[in-house]
Amino acid sequence: MDSALSEPGFFSPRLLIDISYFLTACLFILGLKRMSSPVTARSGIVWAGAGMVVATLVSFLYPGMSNYELIIAAIVVGSLVAWWSGKRVAMTDMPQMIALYNGMGGGAAAAIAAVELYRAAYANVAGAPAAHSNVVMSLAVIGGIIGAISFSGSLIAWAKLQGVLNKTVRFGGQKIVNGALFLGSLAVGFIVVMHHGADPLHVSLIFGLALLFGIAMTLPIGGADMPVVISLYNALTGLAVAFEGFVLDNAAMIIAGTVVGSAGTLLTQLMAKAMNRSLANVLFSDFGSSGGATATAVTGSMKAIEASDVGVMMAFASKVIVVPGYGMAVAQAQHKVWEMCQLLIDRGVQVKFAIHPVAGRMPGHMNVLLAEAGVPYDLIADLDEINAEFETADVALIIGANDVVNPVARTDKSSPIYGMPILNADKAKNVIVIKRGQGAGFSGIENALFFLDNTRMLYGDGQKAAAELVNAIKAAG
Amino acid sequence: MTGIVALYIFMLAAFTGYEIIAKVPVILHTPLMSGSNFVHGIVLVGAMVALGGAHTTLEKIIGFVGVLLAAGNAVGGYVVTERMLEMFKASGARKKTGGGH
Repeated sequence: MDSALSEPGFFSPRLLIDISYFLTACLFILGLKRMSSPVTARSGIVWAGAGMVVATLVSFLYPGMSNYELIIAAIVVGSLVAWWSGKRVAMTDMPQMIALYNGMGGGAAAAIAAVELYRAAYANVAGAPAAHSNVVMSLAVIGGIIGAISFSGSLIAWAKLQGVLNKTVRFGGQKIVNGALFLGSLAVGFIVVMHHGADPLHVSLIFGLALLFGIAMTLPIGGADMPVVISLYNALTGLAVAFEGFVLDNAAMIIAGTVVGSAGTLLTQLMAKAMNRSLANVLFSDFGSSGGATATAVTGSMKAIEASDVGVMMAFASKVIVVPGYGMAVAQAQHKVWEMCQLLIDRGVQVKFAIHPVAGRMPGHMNVLLAEAGVPYDLIADLDEINAEFETADVALIIGANDVVNPVARTDKSSPIYGMPILNADKAKNVIVIKRGQGAGFSGIENALFFLDNTRMLYGDGQKAAAELVNAIKAAG
Repeated sequence: MTGIVALYIFMLAAFTGYEIIAKVPVILHTPLMSGSNFVHGIVLVGAMVALGGAHTTLEKIIGFVGVLLAAGNAVGGYVVTERMLEMFKASGARKKTGGGH
């Protein structure tokens, strides 16, 4: 890139590429900036998309390129499959889809590293002089390892959220095995750097160990923690892309990758903080495995209630706070819930939605679903805004949320979720919990809220229960 | 580009990413994670260059897989982000026409 401006001829391909990449980097940053406000968000992704198209088209002009038919075939096939899958995926399945696309990006970064490293390895075996400095080789190796971890780890995250993989695999000495895989990958990478590519076997070993590490690291993490993990892998892919950008001397990749790397890291921290846990705790604590067993047993009984009674209770309330969780997403109940709330609003009941930062499987997951149903922003409140209001609410309606309203987090020091900020739904005069069955939640922890004197359980699928409530409110007259 | 210039770019880009996210409301966290997921789809141009410079069969296979995955990252990331943000636009319009309390 430093030679571009000194090249003769104004329209040299290299100069055109550099200017286009600069434009792309600007469009990415401005696009992300616009995405940070609900009003301009829609245009933000269009700006970033325009940047991507410019960068892709101009990359065909790279000097010395060949294999155009392969490049075009791969782009067409990859784009069509992704476009088709992205269009038809349900809103509730968004988190795992993002995990999948993110894993693909990590895999692509690893592939770039693999091409460079295998080329160096074969050249070294053939006795040719090293083409890259040790610094560039190190960046290729590190970017390749990170990309490979993000690839296999994201696939496991996808499999877990999609329900393909239900087991949470844990065994004694797991951390030692994981550590050995990671350090082994780094050590082989060091050998490859020091010996100018070493040989193809060593290069294969780097990627093999890194891929295994990604799998082994993600397997023991419970599904409730997946939002944090997906966000982390998103940041890691960004970092891998930036490193490979250094290797290829590609400014667009360096800037876009680094921006995503740092933004993703901050987002990951925000999410871990919302659960009052450190990132290390999320990744290495075996959270949820022993939770139910070690915590103090919850005493009392759950008391059931009929939908008609709940309908009357809410119809004559002055304030109702709805707390949605992953159960609402699974049941696709957001439209019915909003229909119910509109009936209440028409009757003069004050309705608000309380969103816990980690409700659902991704930060803002509930907001996306409520936006899909058409709920206005000003009815949606986050934890800090709403918590003081529960005391003045006649009804707190919990739909498929569990750990985020568990008062044990405030009181029981032995509970694995102790210290996590929760929605104070238990402070409401009446608490109604819509829940499919009597079992414990995703994390396996019993919820003391369900056993309180002012709590009633409305058993059933979220969408069916909401439909029943709609009828009950209409019948209340 | 020289190493030190690359380091400056890295540092400035890191601060830029941090600043962008720091002011985002919670409701946009998922779309923004998805949007940043799309942005690292820029790995596509790197994969294109890698495949474009591939000579041996092994390099071509790995390069082909790289471009395939990168195109999936970019296009899939765009489609899901666009779909999510489309809903925000719809709900914003409804709010203006007065659907609330």
